[in-house]
Amino acid sequence: MAGYKPIRKVVSGNYAAAYAVKHARVQVVAAYPITPQTSIIEKIAEFIANGEVENLQYVPVESEHSAMAASIGASAAGARAFTATSAQGLALMHEMLHWASGARLPIVMVDVNRAMAPPWSVWDDQTDSLAQRDTGWMQFYAENNQEVYDGVLMAFKIAETVNLPAMVVESAFILSHTYDVVDMIPQELVDEFLPPREPLYDLTNFERPFSVGALGTPADYYEFRYKLQKAMEKAEKVIREVGGEFGERFGRDYSSMIDLYRTEDADFVFMGLGSLMGTVKQAVDLLREEGYRVGAAKVRWFRPFPKEEIRELAKNVEGIAVLDRNYSFGMEGILFTEAKGALYNSKARPLMKDYIVGLGGRDVTVNDIRKIAENMKAVVERGEPDVEVDWYHLKR
Amino acid sequence: MEIPESIKKKLTIPAEEHFYAGHTACQGCGAALGLRYVLKAYGRETIVTIPACCSTIIAGPWPYNTLDANLFHTAFETTGAVIGGIEAALKARGFKVKGEDGIMVVGWAGDGGTADIGLQALSGFIERGHDAVYIMYDNEAYMNTGIQRSGSTPYGAWTTNTPGGKKHFLEKRHKKKVIDIVIAHKIPYAATASVAYPEDFIRKLKKAQKIPGPSFIQLFAPCPTGWRSPTDKSIEIARLAVQTAYFPLFEYENGKYRINMPSTKREPKPIEEFLKYQGRFKYMNRGDIEVLQQWVLKEWETLKKLAEVFG
Repeated sequence: MAGYKPIRKVVSGNYAAAYAVKHARVQVVAAYPITPQTSIIEKIAEFIANGEVENLQYVPVESEHSAMAASIGASAAGARAFTATSAQGLALMHEMLHWASGARLPIVMVDVNRAMAPPWSVWDDQTDSLAQRDTGWMQFYAENNQEVYDGVLMAFKIAETVNLPAMVVESAFILSHTYDVVDMIPQELVDEFLPPREPLYDLTNFERPFSVGALGTPADYYEFRYKLQKAMEKAEKVIREVGGEFGERFGRDYSSMIDLYRTEDADFVFMGLGSLMGTVKQAVDLLREEGYRVGAAKVRWFRPFPKEEIRELAKNVEGIAVLDRNYSFGMEGILFTEAKGALYNSKARPLMKDYIVGLGGRDVTVNDIRKIAENMKAVVERGEPDVEVDWYHLKR
Repeated sequence: MEIPESIKKKLTIPAEEHFYAGHTACQGCGAALGLRYVLKAYGRETIVTIPACCSTIIAGPWPYNTLDANLFHTAFETTGAVIGGIEAALKARGFKVKGEDGIMVVGWAGDGGTADIGLQALSGFIERGHDAVYIMYDNEAYMNTGIQRSGSTPYGAWTTNTPGGKKHFLEKRHKKKVIDIVIAHKIPYAATASVAYPEDFIRKLKKAQKIPGPSFIQLFAPCPTGWRSPTDKSIEIARLAVQTAYFPLFEYENGKYRINMPSTKREPKPIEEFLKYQGRFKYMNRGDIEVLQQWVLKEWETLKKLAEVFG
């Protein structure tokens, strides 16, 4: 454990995000309200009203599209910029997500995972953020409120190192509105970890006028895309380094892009994203007591995708039960596709089955994981899945 | 080229150029002229934001920049939001924004990007009171995508999606009065301007620079390509737009209206004067011209009343 005294607070996931924004000394927050994201921006507004932050410009925009556009303007003008949203709001921002990454702006956003309408739902579902897969944003999935706080701080450092935007994702209500103990880091230590931003370009520098985002002809556009991919590749290295540094400084290690839990001697593992994996870890402990040799592989970073770590994991297990709280229509759960894809050209290809769980906030309990374990055990023993994609909760 | 001091003294608009030759505008382009005047007024310590529009192309493909100022290209509907974000960032970073010695934050958007898709972001920008200037250059259609009607296209105009034909289908709605929508926000300063009157335009730009808060200028900028007009007639057409009161020049400041041109003492010239050089109006029949004439005069009377009551 690192030698410092954390500031221990009982906060919701959303407040954890707001405190991280404060501690990161964010300069511009442009945001639009949407449930269940609202309490993040409310808390930030409170910090300003109480004089708890310096030089923070708060821009209460008229839509999420403008929230991202204003963040883009702010970031292009050299400021550390933050916004937050959920579901429909994120979908409305979609166009500008491409703009942020294409203009190489290290904006950090918290997306509070919420199911897409219709039918209306305000509850947890990962399809909103996963649908932004190809926008050039990095994506970090937090398991608990502590990881929301840590994730925002790390995201700024990583984003500003590789000049790509980053999304920190937390579950609607399960984290956003649920209070838990979070160890916060004293401001001076955050300042050492996260120095002021040094922009890639600065619109306030008029020495030699330049333009950003101009028309790219077929002779040049291709290389811009390649450089974006190179930044993503660099991000993998930076994520591991920054995650390791975070561990050394503050005692919570994030040097691996996937978090392995009791996988060493596991016959099969559960793989998933975010808060779902907290339940899974608890289930793993119980299942172990019951004689199942199971583990959990929590995918922390979905973009860049941890191909290498998944290939390593695949060498040691006979099966991977992917838990997808999301869906790509006409195909399967999104993480399932990605994890399978990562293994196609690798020699180690364990049995894989996709369990669609918890869509639209349906509860996923330890008992559900136990039932999935029973099914997956049979699949592994039989050597082939009964069905590849299992809509686990269907009222049949 | 160095301009002799004796001549410089006589110039009524700044001699300094911050808009490079070699840009890719069409001949007779009002937008290119307008952007040139904006930079003459504000100089190089200006951050210009340009959404999707002709100026995206005029400013040049990567790695070129026609502007002797920093330029951020953005998506169609975002000008108001992006300039708000830039202004917020500059303030957070401790820069002076607007005013005579501050950095100028300028949004430069066409009529489609302002009157239509960008209207929401424009409204938000004004309502929040950012210290920036939003300039809508009005060439009355989507010119960059090939002359489609916008909310700012006038009654009777031919465009590629309001063509004239046997059944006589032309633009059937009157021009959306964006300036009125802007004024309804109680903006500190709003004005109309024309490339035919550069001194007036630059005076308004300077005024917008001095007045704190958001400013809006709607600039009339002819487009020979889209208007099917001779490239050497752009200024004359722009002047006739003012003289016919089709596009009157006025200012709204602190709740007060002031008409600049045409003179309120004289009758405006007939609308045919404005229509005559433009192929886009050639499908109009007598009845159409009368409809447009009546609309122009009615709007003109309304403006005169506003100037009388709130002058």
